[in-house]
Amino acid sequence: MTGTDTIIATPGTAAAALLAARDVLKYFGDDRRPVLEHVSVQLNEGEFVALLGPSGSGKSTLLRILAGLMEPSSGEVLVHGSPLEGPNPSVAIVFQSFALFPWLDVLQNVELGLLAMDVSDDERRRRALEAIDLIGLDGFEEAFPKELSGGMKQRVGFARALVVQPEVLFMDEPFSALDVLTAENLRSELRDLWLAKTMPTKAVVMVTHNIDEAVSLADRILVFGANPGHIRVELKGLSQSDRSEKSAPRARLVELIYRIMTNPEDDAIAIVEQSLQGRTWPAVARDSARTTGARARRYQVLPEVSIDDLTGLVQYLGGIGGHAAVQDLARDLQMRADDLLAIVEATDLLGFGALHERQVALTPIGARFADAELDEEKAIFRSQALDHIALLHHIVRDLETAPTHTLDAERVIDELEHSFSGEEARRQFETAVDWGRYAELFTYDDSSGELTLDEEHTLRRR
Amino acid sequence: MAQPIIPVRAPSTGGEPSEPPRSPPTPRWIDALMLCVLAAVAYGIMRAAAEWRAPLSPNVRVSLAARQLPSYAGLSTLRMAIAYLLSLAFGIAYARIAAGSRAAERLMMPLLDILQSVPILSFMPGVVLGLAALFPGRTLGLEIAAIILIFTSQAWNLAFSFHQSLLTMPRELSEAAAVYRLGFWRRFTRLELPFGAISLIANSMMSWAGGWFFLMASEQFTLGSSNLRLPGLGSYLAAAADAGDTHALALGLGTLVFVIVMLDQLIWRPLVAWSDRFKIEQSGGDAPESRLLDALRGSAMLEWVSSRVTRPLARALDRKLGSAARTEPRTSPKRHDLRTRLTVWVPAVAVLVLVIWGAIATIGALAGMARSDWQLVVVSAAATFLRTTIALVLAAAWTIPVGVAIGTNPRWARRAQPLVQITASVPATAVFPVLLLALLSLPGGLNIAAVALMLLGTQWYLLFNVIAGAMAIPADLREVAATYRITGWRRWKTLILPAIFPYLVTGMITATGGAWNASVVSEYVTFAGRKESTIGLGSLIAQAAERSDFRLLLAGTLVMAAIVIASNRLGWRRLYALAEARYRLG
Ligand SMILES: Nc1ncnc2c1ncn2[C@@H]1O[C@H](COP(=O)(O)OP(=O)(O)OP(=O)(O)O)[C@@H](O)[C@H]1O
Ligand SMILES: [Mg+2]
Repeated sequence: MTGTDTIIATPGTAAAALLAARDVLKYFGDDRRPVLEHVSVQLNEGEFVALLGPSGSGKSTLLRILAGLMEPSSGEVLVHGSPLEGPNPSVAIVFQSFALFPWLDVLQNVELGLLAMDVSDDERRRRALEAIDLIGLDGFEEAFPKELSGGMKQRVGFARALVVQPEVLFMDEPFSALDVLTAENLRSELRDLWLAKTMPTKAVVMVTHNIDEAVSLADRILVFGANPGHIRVELKGLSQSDRSEKSAPRARLVELIYRIMTNPEDDAIAIVEQSLQGRTWPAVARDSARTTGARARRYQVLPEVSIDDLTGLVQYLGGIGGHAAVQDLARDLQMRADDLLAIVEATDLLGFGALHERQVALTPIGARFADAELDEEKAIFRSQALDHIALLHHIVRDLETAPTHTLDAERVIDELEHSFSGEEARRQFETAVDWGRYAELFTYDDSSGELTLDEEHTLRRR
Repeated sequence: MAQPIIPVRAPSTGGEPSEPPRSPPTPRWIDALMLCVLAAVAYGIMRAAAEWRAPLSPNVRVSLAARQLPSYAGLSTLRMAIAYLLSLAFGIAYARIAAGSRAAERLMMPLLDILQSVPILSFMPGVVLGLAALFPGRTLGLEIAAIILIFTSQAWNLAFSFHQSLLTMPRELSEAAAVYRLGFWRRFTRLELPFGAISLIANSMMSWAGGWFFLMASEQFTLGSSNLRLPGLGSYLAAAADAGDTHALALGLGTLVFVIVMLDQLIWRPLVAWSDRFKIEQSGGDAPESRLLDALRGSAMLEWVSSRVTRPLARALDRKLGSAARTEPRTSPKRHDLRTRLTVWVPAVAVLVLVIWGAIATIGALAGMARSDWQLVVVSAAATFLRTTIALVLAAAWTIPVGVAIGTNPRWARRAQPLVQITASVPATAVFPVLLLALLSLPGGLNIAAVALMLLGTQWYLLFNVIAGAMAIPADLREVAATYRITGWRRWKTLILPAIFPYLVTGMITATGGAWNASVVSEYVTFAGRKESTIGLGSLIAQAAERSDFRLLLAGTLVMAAIVIASNRLGWRRLYALAEARYRLG
C-alpha cells in the first residue's frame, strides 16, 4: 500500500494550482435544488484525475464549469490563481460523442483547434500533421468522419485536442462510445503518451463510469454523489507499479470503490475505514454537502430503473441460487457497473434483495417474487412498494383522500421539487408512475397529466 | 405563408439505381457551357436594368409574340432571384440575431410567426400604390413592389428553418467551437451555416415554389384604371387569356414549366447533391445524385476560379473577420452587460414605439368607419370563409385517398412522382387566366373559378404531406394490420388516418393561409375589358384598393389576417399538438 501522504494540498497552495474550483454551486434555470453543491477541487501539475459517480451527479457539469463553458451560480473558478472568464484558454476537451464536424475532413478537423491561434497557414498544417502522426492517424488526413470507425473518430478527437498543446486535457467519458477492445487499445496508447510525456499537457481530468479504467489511469479519484451533486470522497490512486491487472492493492482499491458506490447513502469515509480494517488509505472526506447542506428529505431517491430490468434481475438471481457478487453479475450480464448498481439499489429499496459485502442476496420475499406467477408477482410488488416506497405510499394516500380519487401530476412534481432539482423531480415522478402502474395502484393519463386511483387495490382494502 | 418545412423532403421513391461510377474527369463542354450561361446572365441583367429605368407608361402593352417569351421569362426569373437572395440574407440574419439572445428571441420569434400567418396578397394593393407613388413615372417602383411581395412569401420559412437549425445544434459541437475559441465569424461559417445548409436548401425550394405563385399574381395585377403592368410571364399569360389566344396561353404555360424544370435541374438538384456532405447523421443511405454537379466538379475553369479567386478571397476574409471577432472580449455577460443591453433594447424600444404608433393610427382610422361598411366586411368574410372551406374539403377529399395510395405503394410512387412534381410546380396563379377563359361565361362562373384557384393553390401541400405521412407508416404496422385481417374502413380508422393525421394538419396550416390569399386575386378580376366580381373579403380588399378607400382596405386586410392567425392558433395548432401527443409514431 502506498504511503500515507495526504493528497489534498493545503489551502495556501491553491493559488499555485493549474486550475481550481472554489465552493461551486450550480442551478439550472429556476430549479429549487442545485445539481452541484459545495464543490471544491484543484488540479496540480503532473496529475491525472478521474471523476467517478452515478449518472446525474454533475460530473459533466463540473467539467463544463472548469472549461468555462458555463458559469457557476456561485463560487469561482481560478486559473493559475486568477478568476476565469469565458472559455478557458488552457483547456481542450475530448468528448464522448467525438464532436467532429462532419463536413470537414480529418486534417481540417484537427486544424480547427489552431484556427483561433495566430499561426501561419503553413505552421498550422505542419502542427496538425504532427498531431495526426502522433495519434496514429497517418493516411487518414483526407478522410471524412463518416468514413471512420468509432475508434478512429476518437483519435481525431484526441488529435484535435492535443494539437493546441493544452495545459489541461479534459475527457468526458472518452471511451464509452467505443467497443471494448478498441477502448482498451486507445486507453493504453493514451497512458503511454501521458507517461512518456510526449504531450505538453500538464494535467488530465477524465470522467468515467468504468472503475477499472479510473484505477489504472488516475493518480487521484474523486467519487461523486448525487442529489445534489457533490464530491463524496477523494481517493489517492495507485503507484505505477501497483496498477498492473494482477496486483493485490489494485484489487483492493477496485473493491473499495465498488463498495462506496454501492452504498450511496452511507458515509464514504466510514466505508473506507471499515473496509480497510485499520490499514490506512489516503482518503479525504468531502461529504460536506450531505452533512451540512442536506435538507431533510421526505423521499428516498428512486433509481431510474424499469420494471423489466428489476424483475429480470430478481429472477436471474433466483435462478442462480439467490446470491452473487456484484462484480460477477456485471460481467455475466455485460452491464455497466453503475447501471447494474442502480437496479441492485432498486431491489434493495423494495426489500427484494440486500447488498452486503459486495454480494447481493435475495430476501425470502425476493425469492418468492422470483418464483411467482404474474398475478402473485404483482401482488407482492404492490405490497412491497406500498410498504417501502414513501413516494408511492403518499401518492396512493392522497389519491384516496381526494374526493374524485384523482391527482394532478404537476402537484406531485411540485412537491418533489422541494427535494430534487427540476429534471430529477420529473424523473423521480416518472419512475414512480412506472412502478405504480405496474403495481396497479393507479392509472396515469399522460396527455391530461392525471393520476387516477385503481379502486381494487386501495390502502384501505389491505 | 409557406410554413417552414423541417425537412419533410419531397418523398423519394427510393428505387434509384445505386451509385453510378464517378463521371470521367474534365469534360470540356462544361466550361463552354458555363461561359455561355455567364454571358447570357450578364446580358439579361443589362437588358433588365434598361427596362427598369424606363419611364412608366400607364398602359404597358404585353406582346403576345412568341419571340418575346425568352425575355419575359428572364425578367420574371430575375425578379424571383433578387427577391430570393434578399430573403435568404434576411432569413439567416434574422435567425442568427434571434438565437443570439434570450430577449431578442422572445420578441422576434412570435413576431415571425405572426408575419408568416398574414395573407400577403391582401397587402399587395397597398404596397403597389405606395411604391408607385414613391417612384413616380418609373417602372422601378412597380418592380420593387413585386420583389417585396415575393420576398414576403419567401423569407419567413427560411428564417424559421435556420433558427430551428441553430436550436437543434448538437450541444457538443457547439461546445467544441467554444473550447477552440472559433469566434463569431468562424463559428458561423464553419459550424452554423454548414449545419443549417440542408434545411435551408429544402426550404429554399419551398420558397421558390411559393414565390412563383406571388410573382404571377403580382405581374397580372391591375390597379384600377391605371393598368400598371410588369412585363413578364405572368402578364403574358394574363394578356393571352384576355385576348382569348389559346395558342399563346399554351406557349406561355409551356415556357413557365420549362423554366421551372430547368431551374430544378440546373440549380436545385446540384445544390441538394452538394449539400449531402452537411448531413450530420453518419449513416450511408443513398445520397442524392446530380450529373451536372459531377460535371462541374471536373470543370477546369471552376477549379481555376476556385483556387485563384474564391479560396484566397475566402481565406483573406476569414483572417480579417476571424481575428476581428477574436479580439472582441469573450462572451461573458458580466463584461459587456451594457452593450448587449443596448443592442437589444434600443431596437426593441424602437419597434415597440412604431407598433404602438401604428396601433393608435389604425384604431383611429377604423373608429371612423361606417356601420354599413363593417357589416359588409363581416358578410364578405363569411362568403370567403365558405369558399375556402369548400376548397379545403375538396382538396382533402381527393388528396387523402390518392396520397395514401401513392405513399403506400412504391410502384405507383415511382410512376406518379415525376408527374405530380411537374404538375405541382405550375403556380396556380399562372393557370388562373385559363380558368377564367373557360369558366367566366358560365352562371356563377367567377365563384367556381375562385374556388378552383384556391383548390389549385393548396391541394399540393396536402398531397405531399399525405404522401410523406403514408410513407412514414412503418412496414411492421402494416403487416400487423394485414395479419389480423384489419381491412377496409377499420384499417383506415385504426392505422392510416391516425398515422397521417399530423402530416395532414401540417399541410392544412399552409393550405388555409394559401386559400385566403388566393381570394384577393380571384374574387375580383378584370377580364377581356370587363370587370367581374363576387362577394368576398378578397373582392372587398381589391375593390377598396381600386377606389383608394384606405379605411376599408385596412379593415379588410386586418380582418383577413386575424382570421388566418386565429384559425391557425385556435384550430390547426391545437390539433397538431394533439396529434403529436397522441398519434406520433415511434
Ligand atoms: N443544460 C442543462 N439544463 C438543465 N439541466 C441540466 C443541464 N445539463 C445538465 N443538467 C442536469 O444536471 C444534472 C447533472 O448532469 P451531468 O450531465 O453533469 O451529470 P453526469 O454526472 O455527467 O451524468 P452522466 O454520468 O449521465 O454523464 C442532471 O440531472 C442533468 O439533468
Ligand atoms: Mg456526463
